[in-house]
Amino acid sequence: MNPLLWARRVALGGGIAVLVGCAAKGPGPLYMWESFPKQQYEALQRDGYSPDDQIRLLEAHAEKARGAHAALPPGFRAHLGMLQLGAGNVDRARELWMAEKTAFPESAAYMDHLLKKLDAPAKTAKSENPA
Amino acid sequence: MKLISLLPIPVVLVLLLSLLGGCATKAPAYDYSAFQKAKPATLLVMPPVNESPDIKATPGVWAQATRPLAEAGYYVLPVTLVDETFKQNGVSSPNEAQDIPYPKLREFFGADAAVYIRVKKYGTTYQVLASDTRVEVDARILDLRTGALLWQGNAVASSAEQQQQQQGGLVGLLVSAVVQQIVGTATDAAFNYAGIADARLLGSPRYNGVLPGPRSPLYGQPPQTQ
Repeated sequence: MNPLLWARRVALGGGIAVLVGCAAKGPGPLYMWESFPKQQYEALQRDGYSPDDQIRLLEAHAEKARGAHAALPPGFRAHLGMLQLGAGNVDRARELWMAEKTAFPESAAYMDHLLKKLDAPAKTAKSENPA
Repeated sequence: MKLISLLPIPVVLVLLLSLLGGCATKAPAYDYSAFQKAKPATLLVMPPVNESPDIKATPGVWAQATRPLAEAGYYVLPVTLVDETFKQNGVSSPNEAQDIPYPKLREFFGADAAVYIRVKKYGTTYQVLASDTRVEVDARILDLRTGALLWQGNAVASSAEQQQQQQGGLVGLLVSAVVQQIVGTATDAAFNYAGIADARLLGSPRYNGVLPGPRSPLYGQPPQTQ
């Protein structure tokens, strides 16, 4: 084989390897994010956002993920549960925090903590009731 | 081509390999021994300490931190609930939160490691000819079981990166400065740059970056060498 041709092929292959090496193209995203980071940003700022609008938006996001067989991000269900609790939907909050635990067993310790607190206020209210 | 054909093939290969290394930074390789030993799966991102004058820095950088870490294969505790938990327990500032002894965080949140972020610059500065939206962050990851430092790094994102290409005389500069001021304030540009900065800071796999976590297909593979 002509050494010049060989060198040319190696050079071409090397060039492609350089391109690939720089791009480092990995597998696709693990989760469907949509506007979730922005929703968290708004919730963290507390003022000037509507929890009801956000509940509707995130429920639509969850619906879309179901349709696409895509995974919801870590904390998504927990965050939605917090919003539902704020709106007075205690059962829905409990359901969502349980769902967070099922989807991400790593969250169990924290979710159990929150679930325990969910039932605590009723007891505190009773004990604080002047007899 | 004449030059290449004159060189022996091993030399050509070495030259090509050095080209491959062209993407690498000069920084020495990070020592991952503590990180690899700790194998964290659950991360608690602490409220970022803000050293900039912009009060949106903490929520902006905090809200953008979950995505790169989750895509890197970690479970990230929901930041809005973590915020709520801190507030309910009388912890009112990021500084206060970051001073909490690590065993207490471990006990309360059940996370394997905590991410301590500091925001050094955040927001848009306006000059006569240009405005620059800039976010500068650094982070440390601490093992909440042992207190050991697992990783640290820093990152920058700036609107100036893109502006360098579109300079068109003095008038062009003035126009784009005005446009940027409008755009910068109307769409909360810093929040978008916080997303870029956090992805550069916490995304994986990156040279000297955070190692992929258990939920990543790249988990357990050797760190990036370039």
